[in-house]
Amino acid sequence: MKIVVLVKEVPDTYGERKLDLETGLADRAASEAVLDEISERALEVALAHADAHDDVEVVAMSMAPESAATTIRKGLAMGAASAVHIADPGLAAADLGLTARTLAAAIRRTGFDLVITGNLSTDGSGGVIPAMLAELLEVPNATALSSVEISDGSVSGTRNVEGGTMRVSAPLPAVISITEALPDARFPNFKGIMAAKKKPFETLSAADLGIEPEDLSVAMSIMTAIAEKPPRSAGVKITDEGDGGTRIAEFLIENRLV
Amino acid sequence: MTDYPADSILVVLEATPTGELATSAAGLLATASQIGTPVALAVTAPGQAQSLAEQAAALGADRVLAVETASTQSELTIPHVDALAAAAATVAPEAVLVSNSIDGRDIAGRFAARTGAPIAVDAIGVSRDDEGVVVRHSVYGGAYNVDSAATFGPIVVTVRQGAVDARAEARPVVLETLEVTASGAASATIESVEAVTETSSRPELRGAKRVVSGGRGLGSAEKFALVEELADALGAAIGASRAAVDAGYIPATAQVGQTGVSVSPQLYVALGISGAIQHRAGMQTAKNIVAVNKDPDAPIFEVADFGVVGDVFTVVPQLISALAERKR
Repeated sequence: MKIVVLVKEVPDTYGERKLDLETGLADRAASEAVLDEISERALEVALAHADAHDDVEVVAMSMAPESAATTIRKGLAMGAASAVHIADPGLAAADLGLTARTLAAAIRRTGFDLVITGNLSTDGSGGVIPAMLAELLEVPNATALSSVEISDGSVSGTRNVEGGTMRVSAPLPAVISITEALPDARFPNFKGIMAAKKKPFETLSAADLGIEPEDLSVAMSIMTAIAEKPPRSAGVKITDEGDGGTRIAEFLIENRLV
Repeated sequence: MTDYPADSILVVLEATPTGELATSAAGLLATASQIGTPVALAVTAPGQAQSLAEQAAALGADRVLAVETASTQSELTIPHVDALAAAAATVAPEAVLVSNSIDGRDIAGRFAARTGAPIAVDAIGVSRDDEGVVVRHSVYGGAYNVDSAATFGPIVVTVRQGAVDARAEARPVVLETLEVTASGAASATIESVEAVTETSSRPELRGAKRVVSGGRGLGSAEKFALVEELADALGAAIGASRAAVDAGYIPATAQVGQTGVSVSPQLYVALGISGAIQHRAGMQTAKNIVAVNKDPDAPIFEVADFGVVGDVFTVVPQLISALAERKR
């Protein structure tokens, strides 16, 4: 069984994240780049299954600038057998449609029984790529799973939807996305880090995948304006001298909040 | 069928497992009415369309296209996407609005991929300019406002739940049946659905006007009851920091922040929350923020309109009795 796990490099949320106000693109120099935590959990789902089954191959895949190669290698150090990195300057401002078409082409090229992604990245928080991929790959989608069971021919799990809990299953091949209810990822150990250097790492361009990023006959979503909000300024800060609660009540009343 | 207004905005209605209109519908229909004529799509189990249409009309739907099919109970996403594709072909809308919920994102994503339509996600509003529909987003935890638009063709928009306060005026119920040919696209099977029965009279966290959140500073699950007491005194929803969730004080559904629920209430009260950037990302667009924390250097004070450095277990009970006093 081949499991493709989509991984994403994101700006670390522990630092300040910036967008370039000229281009609208993420300012990658402004903050530390890390493997998104939800990507790591998605990898963990695949690796845990591979640990228990001999015939399972895990591929880490990412569409990201060339500079993200080091981050993607972390997936190899954690235990993925190989990595596919789609790096092309022409894809720098890709919208969700172009991103989905490019990833679908790469997944098709690599081959797959199961695609696992995180439900939402911490930077874009889009959450639509898994369903878009399932449509383009012509397979079922089972998204936002808070538990996952993989068997030879199918995948099933639980999803918490509005107003209820749902059990779903899908025959393979399929695309699933997982939530952070799933376990934390393992840390790469020294052996894993050393082994990662020898594992296959494929870098692909858009042209390798038959994708034309600047095809203007395809409808796109484009950014038309961007503005930084002024940082919120701190208000009144007092130290409780026995009347803290009363002072809050006064603040609430003054501002018509109660 | 060519009698749909040129400014039709197609709104995908969502139903709860018990067949009620999802709470997101009011905001979606109001959003659509700000830029055009809201035409709603209801994909329901047999016998549920009429009730959903009445609820949607009361919230401003100009007309409701109904698809009743048993497949919504057994197949995930696909019946809705097939219906949406048929509705879009019939209505030729300027935009398609879908709730940015788990199911809404799946429907929007599949539909956009199937039809090649551009997609804009997690919108907080829409407007019009000379060239058409403009979508407003708030990104990186509210640090930036970004506008987007389609190069051409109708744009698919997922709208953040609770982002739109406006409400559209009620309209008469106009229900039309829509014929759908199933695409036969492969789908996951829904094996069972368990409806969660709401036992609390407290408002839902998402979209709440007031939120009281607790953090690790509460110290234990038992002591977290203080958060509930203040929430009840204020008629507020209950939230929590990730630290409080990880410590097991409260279920993960209450988590506010980057990886939890984003809230934008009139009033946000943070108790014993230090205010890590991930938490602030999910609440700093609140209109008024009140914080109580022992640590004078807690980052939460950087965004608080009114901050008290002190012990939550002395400050909050005093606040609760001051509020009770006022009611008397």
